[in-house]
Amino acid sequence: MAFNIYDFTTLTHNIHVGLAESFSPFMATTIEWVIVGVVYLLFIAVFGLFLVYAERKVCAAFQQRLGPMRVGPWGLLQTIADFIKLLMKELIMPRKADYFLYNLAPFLVIIASFLAIAVLPFAKGLQSMDFDIGVFYLTAVSSVGVIGILLAGWSSNNKYSLIGAMRSGAQILSYELSVSLSLMTMVVFAGSMQFSTIVEGQRDAWFIFSGHIPAIIAFIVFLIAGTAETNRGPFDLAEAESELVAGFHTEYSGIKFAMFFLAEYINLFIISAVAATVFLGGWMPLHFGNLESFNHVMDFIPPIVWFFGKVLFVIFIIMWFKWTFPRLRVDQILTLEWKYLLPINLVNILLMALVVLTKFHF
Amino acid sequence: MKSFIEYIVSIFKGLWTLLTGMKVTAKYFFTPWKHLTHQYPENRDTLVMFERFRGEVIMPHSENNEHKCTGCGICEINCPNGSIEIISKSIVTPEGKKKRIIDQHIYHLGMCTLCNLCVKACPTGAIVMGQKFEHAVWDRAKLTKVLNQPGSVIAAGVKE
Repeated sequence: MAFNIYDFTTLTHNIHVGLAESFSPFMATTIEWVIVGVVYLLFIAVFGLFLVYAERKVCAAFQQRLGPMRVGPWGLLQTIADFIKLLMKELIMPRKADYFLYNLAPFLVIIASFLAIAVLPFAKGLQSMDFDIGVFYLTAVSSVGVIGILLAGWSSNNKYSLIGAMRSGAQILSYELSVSLSLMTMVVFAGSMQFSTIVEGQRDAWFIFSGHIPAIIAFIVFLIAGTAETNRGPFDLAEAESELVAGFHTEYSGIKFAMFFLAEYINLFIISAVAATVFLGGWMPLHFGNLESFNHVMDFIPPIVWFFGKVLFVIFIIMWFKWTFPRLRVDQILTLEWKYLLPINLVNILLMALVVLTKFHF
Repeated sequence: MKSFIEYIVSIFKGLWTLLTGMKVTAKYFFTPWKHLTHQYPENRDTLVMFERFRGEVIMPHSENNEHKCTGCGICEINCPNGSIEIISKSIVTPEGKKKRIIDQHIYHLGMCTLCNLCVKACPTGAIVMGQKFEHAVWDRAKLTKVLNQPGSVIAAGVKE
C-alpha cells in the first residue's frame, strides 16, 4: 500500500546530529532533555488552559447557557485571567499540617501525570519514550498519582480532606483493575504492549472496528473506568463539592491548588489519548481495507490532526458523562466496579482471546 | 439462574437509562439557538420581558389623558407596607352635586415589594404592573412617583 506519513524521527535525529556536532555528548544530551521538558511543559500548560475553557463552554451548552463570554472574544481569555489570579494568590497552610508532605503532594500528583504523558505517541515518531512495555508502564505510573492525593488528604489535617482522599484511594484502586483489564484485552488483540506497534497494527482498520464486539465492550468499560480514574464526575465523590467542600484539595490555595487542578485536566487528556490510541487508531488516519482512493484522501490530513481530533472526541464524551449523570454514592461506585465492570471485563478478555485464536476478526 | 438473568437484564436496563439521560443533554447541546442566557446590556434594545413580569406599578392613560382611577383608596388599604397614598379632592359636578375624585395617586417605588395586591384589589382596573425594570437613580426622592398625570381626568363610563 502506498503509504507515506512523515516520520518525526528524522527531525529529532537531525536535531541530535546538529547538537552533537557543536557540543560534547554530555552537553548535547542535557540540552535535549531540557528541550523535551520545555516542550512538554508548554504543551501541558497550553492544553490544560484550553481544556478548562472547553469544559466550561461544553458544560454551559449542556445546561442551555453560554458560559464565559466577557473576557476576550467569546471568553477566550477567561482561563488565562483565572490562571494569573491563581498565580498571584497567597499560599495558606494550616497551622498543624505536615509541612513536608503537604508541600510534596501536589508535585507527586503532577509528576505522575508528566510520567504518563511521556509514552503517548502524538504522531509517527513524535514520542519521547517508546518502551516495549508502554501500556504496562502507563498503567503503573498513572497509579502513582493516588499517593499524592492520599498524602494531600492526610497532611492537610482536615477531616474533609481526609475523607475525600480515602474515598479517592478506594475508588482509584478499584477502577485501576478495570482500566488495566480493558487495556489488557486490547493488548491480547494487538499482540504487543508497545504503543508504536499498537498504532502500526491499526493501519488497515482501527481496533474498535477490527476487534468488533469485545473491542467495543472494552472501549465502553475503559471509558467508564477511565472517568473514575481521573476523579471526574459522576465519580467525583473525592471532591464532592456538596459534601466535602473540595475534598483532598480543600486546604490548598494559589499555585498548589492550580497544580491539582492542572493535573486533573492532564489526566483527562491522558485517559482520552490512551483511549484514542488503543481503540481509535491514535494518529493513524481512517483506513478501510481495500478502498485505495478513500485511504489516499484520508492520508492528506496530517497525523497530528487525526490524533487531536480523536482525543477531543473522547474528551467530549467524558464531559458529556460529567454534565449528564448525578454523582454516585460510595457503595454504588464500589458495586459498579466489583459486581459489574470486573466480571464483564474478565468475560470480555476470554471472548477476545477466543476471537484472536479463531481469527474471527477483520 | 433467575438471579443471573436479572443481573444481565439489569446491565442493559442501566445502559438504556444512561443513554436516555445522555439523549436529553445532547438535545440541549446541539440546539445552541435555544439557549436561555440573555446577554443583557448588549441586547437592551431588543429585550422583551415576559408577560407576567412585575417591574413597577403604573396607571395607564388614554390618548385624551384619561385614567380609570376613582380615588376609592382600596389599593391604599390593601398595600401591606404603605407604598401607596391616595390624596383626594372634592369637586362640584355640572349637575351641582359634590363628588370626591383623585387628586394625586402617590406611589413609593422604593418601598414597594411588587406583590401585585393593589392591582388585584383595584375594582376598576386603573393600575397595572409595568415591564420597566431599570429603576436605579441617584436620588431617593425620585422613587416617589405620582401615577396620575397632571390634568388627567377620569374616563367616562367608569362605574363609581
